[in-house]
Amino acid sequence: MAEKEVKLMKGNEVIAHAAIRYGCDGYFGYPITPQSEVMETLMELKPWETTGMVVLQAESEISSINMVYGGASTGKRVMTSSSSPGISLMAEGLSYLAGAELPCLVVNCQRGGPGLGTIQPSQGDYFQACKGGGHGDYHLIVLAPNSVQEMNDFVGLGFDLAFKYRNPAMILADGAIGQMMEKVVLDPQRPRRSNEEIAAECKSWAAYGKPADRERNVVTSLELKSEVMEQINLRLQEKYKALEENEVRYEAIDCDDAEYVIVAFGSSARICSATVEMARAEGIKVGLLRPITLYPFPTKVLAEMAQRGVKGFLSAELNAGQMVEDVRLAVNGKAPVEHYGRQGGMLFAPDEVLNALKEKLINKK
Amino acid sequence: MAEVEIKNENLVYAKPKLILDNVMHYCPGCSHGTVHKLVAEVIDEMGLADKTVGVSPVGCSVFAYNYIDIDWIEAAHGRALAVATAVKRLHPENMVFTYQGDGDLSAIGTAESIHAAARGENVVAIYINNAIYGMTGGQMAPTTLLGMKTATTPYGRDPHLNGYPYKIAEMMAHLDGVTYITRQSVHTPANVRKAKNAIRKAFEKAMAGKGFSLVEIVATCNSGWKLSPVASNQWLAENMLPFYPLGDIKDVK
Repeated sequence: MAEKEVKLMKGNEVIAHAAIRYGCDGYFGYPITPQSEVMETLMELKPWETTGMVVLQAESEISSINMVYGGASTGKRVMTSSSSPGISLMAEGLSYLAGAELPCLVVNCQRGGPGLGTIQPSQGDYFQACKGGGHGDYHLIVLAPNSVQEMNDFVGLGFDLAFKYRNPAMILADGAIGQMMEKVVLDPQRPRRSNEEIAAECKSWAAYGKPADRERNVVTSLELKSEVMEQINLRLQEKYKALEENEVRYEAIDCDDAEYVIVAFGSSARICSATVEMARAEGIKVGLLRPITLYPFPTKVLAEMAQRGVKGFLSAELNAGQMVEDVRLAVNGKAPVEHYGRQGGMLFAPDEVLNALKEKLINKK
Repeated sequence: MAEVEIKNENLVYAKPKLILDNVMHYCPGCSHGTVHKLVAEVIDEMGLADKTVGVSPVGCSVFAYNYIDIDWIEAAHGRALAVATAVKRLHPENMVFTYQGDGDLSAIGTAESIHAAARGENVVAIYINNAIYGMTGGQMAPTTLLGMKTATTPYGRDPHLNGYPYKIAEMMAHLDGVTYITRQSVHTPANVRKAKNAIRKAFEKAMAGKGFSLVEIVATCNSGWKLSPVASNQWLAENMLPFYPLGDIKDVK
């Protein structure tokens, strides 16, 4: 595993391979469709015999996210994965992780809701991922892969950003990305960090046993003095501002001369790239703006597009209209912003999106 | 006038080295202070101060991290043993313990507690059973005795209205992953000594990789019980101990 390897794999399987190769220290999870292959693959690969990575099946998602909280508290690189109903159970833990400023990686392979819903793909958890989910003023770093390759790439990117900002990161995938098979280039195996390296990197905050040469570390999100708690909140907001300034990632396809822009992420963006080709073949100047980071959201680039005269934006999502609110905030009334979506585990086809674009924006009187 | 001099060789008692000077928030007479002292002494005497990670709960002992000079992690309500599981799995050389009340370990955290025990995690849970929710102002706990008055059982706990109290220590004893379950108290000096021995035994078993240990301490909450500290100790002996009898429940040799 010293070299890059090209494989044909499911998105979920790639998450497991990427975690091991990145040098992840621990995975804690609970089975749920459509992402159970992540833990199944890890158990089959037995990384505890090679890299020393811990893999543990917990009794619930509540337990697995709190295992992540425990592992992250010691400075280790730990992760979990789940799907929508399981992420709801993790919401409490995500708030605590953000409050205690702990780095970790959480994968949500979304399925349709609400409630038990369906096991088919959906993007109905955009609000939950980007606007909170748990209580209090916090943000996760949210990455939206649109391919099996990005399932690989975002494991490393997610951990890197999580540790850079000491903040939980989420890969917001869906059942389509998790289940589909594609070519993927796997990274070479990296060594896990030694306890000494972790101590050097995380000694100002991590709890792994107090050596004689430092004060004790306490990992907590609790502060009963309101004036101190306000300062903690202000510090968190500064961090989120830095994320918004430095870490926005997006892909712009055919946007330079576009009169209309489709905004879509993840599997929707994959479908909408075909919509753009269909539109261009008809002579309609359509572009695709694909946010890669959903939080921080590419607000500035959308505002600039609206400023330079894009005639309309269509937010195409597998939900009832969630990201469209952020698109509207970015466009700020300078151009019409519409939403097109399917729900309940249904996907849209490229021509459906083109028809919606014509109906809601191009041909609208 | 003879000078009063305390010579080291004459000292029979001192503040444990690992107990910090922070003023405790516990009510005078509460058992927590005594149990904190025992835990600090055991960690120090075993030479584990640089290896120990404590996990504090939500409840009165949420601030346990202010009093013992080791690394701490403050867990969400009930989740301490899930947190401890990961710490121990990722740092098998460490001593990992949780310090939890009856609400934390045996109400909201029942699943996390039972499953950490069932998996046989090499950690210790210090379980303070005072039959009441102290931090939130004296509401019913899963361990509240029948007939006992609390803020949410103002006419006494009625099993038809409020359900029965239960003993998670006895439940856990049936699990194969468990090596040591004991129930102690700190309401007399003799019991304090026994409790310390039990904590030490549990810590030794965790470090030897023998499996999961639970040290239940039947404790007082004189504020919640609305009794003086002395009367609380007496009430504990007369009312708590008949339902929660002291002694080892499981000890795998």
